[in-house]
Amino acid sequence: MPHRTFFWFFFPSGLAMLLFIGLPIISSFFQSLHIEPEQILMEVEKCDPFGCKTETKVDIEATSKLQEEQPLGRFNGLGTYGDRNHLAFDEIKEAWSNSSSMAEFTDILLNLPFYKALLFTLTFCFAVTPPVVVLGFIVALSINTITKSLKGPTIFGVILPMIVTPLIGSLVLFWMIDAKGILGATIQYLFDDPNLSLKSSSQLTWITLIIYGIWHNTPFAFVVFYAALQTVPQDPIEAAIIDGATRYERVRHIVIPHLYPVATFIILICLMDNFRVLEPIIGFAAEGVAQSLSWMIYNDLRSENKMLFGSAGATSMLTIIGVAFLLTPVLIRTWREFRTER
Amino acid sequence: MESKINRYSKQLIIFNSLFIIVWLVISVFPFIWTFWGSFKVKADFFSRADWMFAVTGVNTLIETGDTSTVKAYVESWTEGEFWKAAMNTIIITVSVVAISLFLGTLGAYALSRSTYKYTFWILIAALIFRAMPHITLVSGYLFPFFQLNVWGILPTTIIVLVAINQPFTLWLLYSFFKTVPKELDESALIDGCSYFQAFRYVIMPVMWPGVVTAGLFSMMLAYNDFTVTSLLLNQQNYTMVPKINAYLGTIEHSGNYMWAVSSVVSATAPLFMIIMFFQRQLISGLTAGAVKG
Repeated sequence: MPHRTFFWFFFPSGLAMLLFIGLPIISSFFQSLHIEPEQILMEVEKCDPFGCKTETKVDIEATSKLQEEQPLGRFNGLGTYGDRNHLAFDEIKEAWSNSSSMAEFTDILLNLPFYKALLFTLTFCFAVTPPVVVLGFIVALSINTITKSLKGPTIFGVILPMIVTPLIGSLVLFWMIDAKGILGATIQYLFDDPNLSLKSSSQLTWITLIIYGIWHNTPFAFVVFYAALQTVPQDPIEAAIIDGATRYERVRHIVIPHLYPVATFIILICLMDNFRVLEPIIGFAAEGVAQSLSWMIYNDLRSENKMLFGSAGATSMLTIIGVAFLLTPVLIRTWREFRTER
Repeated sequence: MESKINRYSKQLIIFNSLFIIVWLVISVFPFIWTFWGSFKVKADFFSRADWMFAVTGVNTLIETGDTSTVKAYVESWTEGEFWKAAMNTIIITVSVVAISLFLGTLGAYALSRSTYKYTFWILIAALIFRAMPHITLVSGYLFPFFQLNVWGILPTTIIVLVAINQPFTLWLLYSFFKTVPKELDESALIDGCSYFQAFRYVIMPVMWPGVVTAGLFSMMLAYNDFTVTSLLLNQQNYTMVPKINAYLGTIEHSGNYMWAVSSVVSATAPLFMIIMFFQRQLISGLTAGAVKG
């Protein structure tokens, strides 16, 4: 296809991506270099019959004028990145010199907002992915063996958790594990503790979120494994049966090696998707104990009258760096695939 | 295959069936429970005394005179203005699907037929774009959108969702067009068609299976989106998902927790119906990128 034709075919799609994915990343970076303007204070002398007092108050007129002149705020360089809510260099330095033991230092470190969020995000990613792969594989193996007429409805049932949006999915589970809901009440009954609530401690909330993550992501792994199972060559399996291999041995030595590349694909996609975890935290009302990087950005942008563009931009940039780490293996894989194709 | 199934041992079949049944219950039961509970009052759905109340509807009987009630549905759709959210969702979903497919088919067709090296880099760039968390993009939109005064309205959100959706649509349709034989449109070119004519009269009639799959994914993205719609739309223009979140958050609705429950059912039911019809396309789309690896 000549360059010219290619250009006109691709132009609309490319323009949309450039304007609404490429530019926002740059805009986000630009925002992160700025900080909200300070409020201009003025001293006012207030006199009443008992004497005069000077008060400082916000000069609204001057502040709004400044805001009009510099809507993005003043230039702050990389300052936002180092502040307490992000990489917190000063706090870390201070903690390093003041804390007596490693445990104390880690404790301080993990109470800083950014590191706390990073810890949750990574824990979530790495706790959810392995069970998802294993369960997805087992479900795919099981469903592959059932009668053909039952397959359709069964698959439909199994993929439901993946279809609903995470917010709705987490709400549906949240209502059940509520202390007054069916699961919550059953758990209280089982442990014989009327005050037990999954919302009460941070560990339990984390575990609940991780269980939700497994519930939501397993169908994806299942679907991909299930499709891959259809491509497993039948000849080696038949040969193995003739040689007297049990089903376990067949799965272990023929099916699993065939599925390795698919498994890596699932792991990478799963890690990348869970790195942006946001909706479950909102659905489970877990903001108090579990914050993710995405949630930090959401929180900065949520309040309508005072959006912290600088802070959100900085967190976005740091998140993108995190995504880049997870993305590298995917890119290498795609690159290799292309090379072998040509 | 059938003959081989018979060779599985009896224990295996029993274990297998049990496992599938348990897994099906885990996957489906929460939705059935919510559906059932949405016809009860709050005191039943969250009953401290006995969770069986949610099944039998004791308090619902006391409060409304019947064991199930559609009060929450009626109220949320009328008083809670859920009809407006549903309308917005329909407008956004239909527009996003239509525009995404229009841009996506053209772009992906070009990518699949060009032999130059830059197509590879474009696809890699699309892959990088696809990995960007949506919230980081939203943080980049808000400030310029406020300055341009386009924040809060539906068209902005539609364009944004189309753009966010492009990388995935491009990849999906690209791998689909690769399976359409090149000879088909090449022969049309030899017969004197322009590229656009070849696309219009030769490719378009055969591309529908791929387009249905891509459309399904665009639909799910637009329908399910929370991040973009909740931050880029103003309250009046909310779609269903942010609307449900708003029911939970604001104090004025705290008494109407059941609004959220019934709205969840209202929002989920149409989606499940569509997926029931297009399950095959959904699965083929999910596996398009994976299996050949």
